[in-house]
Amino acid sequence: MIRARRALLAPLIDENPVTLHILGICSAVAITNSVYSALVMSLAVISVLAFSNVTISMMRRQLPSSVRLIVQMTVIASGVIVVDELLQAFAPETARTLSVFVGLIITNCIVLGRAEAFAAQNRVGVSFLDAIGNGIGYSLILISVAVIRELFGTGTLLDVQILKPVSEGGWFEPNGLFQLAPSAFFIIGFIIWGIRSLKPQQVEQAEFESIVAPELGGD
Amino acid sequence: MEQLAAIFARAVFVENLALAFFLGMCTFLAISKQIKTAIGLGAAVILVEGITVPVNNLIYTYLLRDGALAWAGLGHLDFSYLGLISYIGVIAAMVQILEMMLKRFFPALYQALGTFLPLLTVNCAILGASLFMVQRDYSFVESAAYGFGVGVGWALALVMLAGLREKMKYSEIPQGLQGLGIVFITTGLMSMAFISIARIEL
Repeated sequence: MIRARRALLAPLIDENPVTLHILGICSAVAITNSVYSALVMSLAVISVLAFSNVTISMMRRQLPSSVRLIVQMTVIASGVIVVDELLQAFAPETARTLSVFVGLIITNCIVLGRAEAFAAQNRVGVSFLDAIGNGIGYSLILISVAVIRELFGTGTLLDVQILKPVSEGGWFEPNGLFQLAPSAFFIIGFIIWGIRSLKPQQVEQAEFESIVAPELGGD
Repeated sequence: MEQLAAIFARAVFVENLALAFFLGMCTFLAISKQIKTAIGLGAAVILVEGITVPVNNLIYTYLLRDGALAWAGLGHLDFSYLGLISYIGVIAAMVQILEMMLKRFFPALYQALGTFLPLLTVNCAILGASLFMVQRDYSFVESAAYGFGVGVGWALALVMLAGLREKMKYSEIPQGLQGLGIVFITTGLMSMAFISIARIEL
């Protein structure tokens, strides 16, 4: 029970896949300029993650370790194809906004990382909870970045006017920079700063030490 | 020719995969601590992008797209939903072949690039370039220019960030920002510089 709770809750902030492990920022930050696409992207990632973790956990005893990476990639790619086809069938508009980024869930390191690090050794139930936990931890970052970017970039949230822009007689001057790529880098940087100020054990060693033993990160 | 140069320049500066689309970020942040390793990885990315994008273009044009199998008399088939799985397969295979060929024929180059090549299979910048190529309907020659361009752009961003990080070793950074935090903010500043290039009319 404790284990199950840990699997679900630890990835939310303590072991957040984005801020601690630098996993999965690649494909998704680009679509955080609106809250709606961030929500859709989060749902897509959570469902692919749950699907791949459960499938790989079910196969873990039969799977020879020599071919496991290829099998894992195939499972993930199949999950992503299903999500992509569903989006194109039922939400073609959204599919167009997300463009290539749904396909890029395949190379999202969270999915392969959790399959490899957790689902390959653990039972189906716990793996499922781990997938949901990591998915939500990822979505938290994604959605908070999206809320900041959409609110200050356009004055809206989910296309509902919150701050009235000057052009319509209000007081708010939309800051275009928030709609461009650099703002996402700054916001994630500041979020990491915040989390690490609250949890000092996450702070990295100073750069000159880490050059001796460079950390290797897969993508 | 002019059009190809425009595609190349756009891929390098305006639509830089790392700084404008956030692709390949994990590798980008992990392997940008030293200029030397950054140059090695950058060269590997240019090579792999330059090969996989045109190859995936051929696969898309002659096997997958709607009516692509007309040359085999099967014009009514549309396999484009198999795209994702084929591209990632092609990338994995290409990286493997490249690794074997370099090991056999250019051992010195293999020594320099060897450790980075397997990592590139799961780099989203590589898959992303192929997906953008399909989305924008590039011809074979255009896709070659695009593939080479995104490779150069990504490598350029990586080497620049590595240079900045080497200098940053001596600066006093607030506790919580050390490491990842400050790298993100530096990347954001670089990204701003690249966006201002986008406003220049070529």
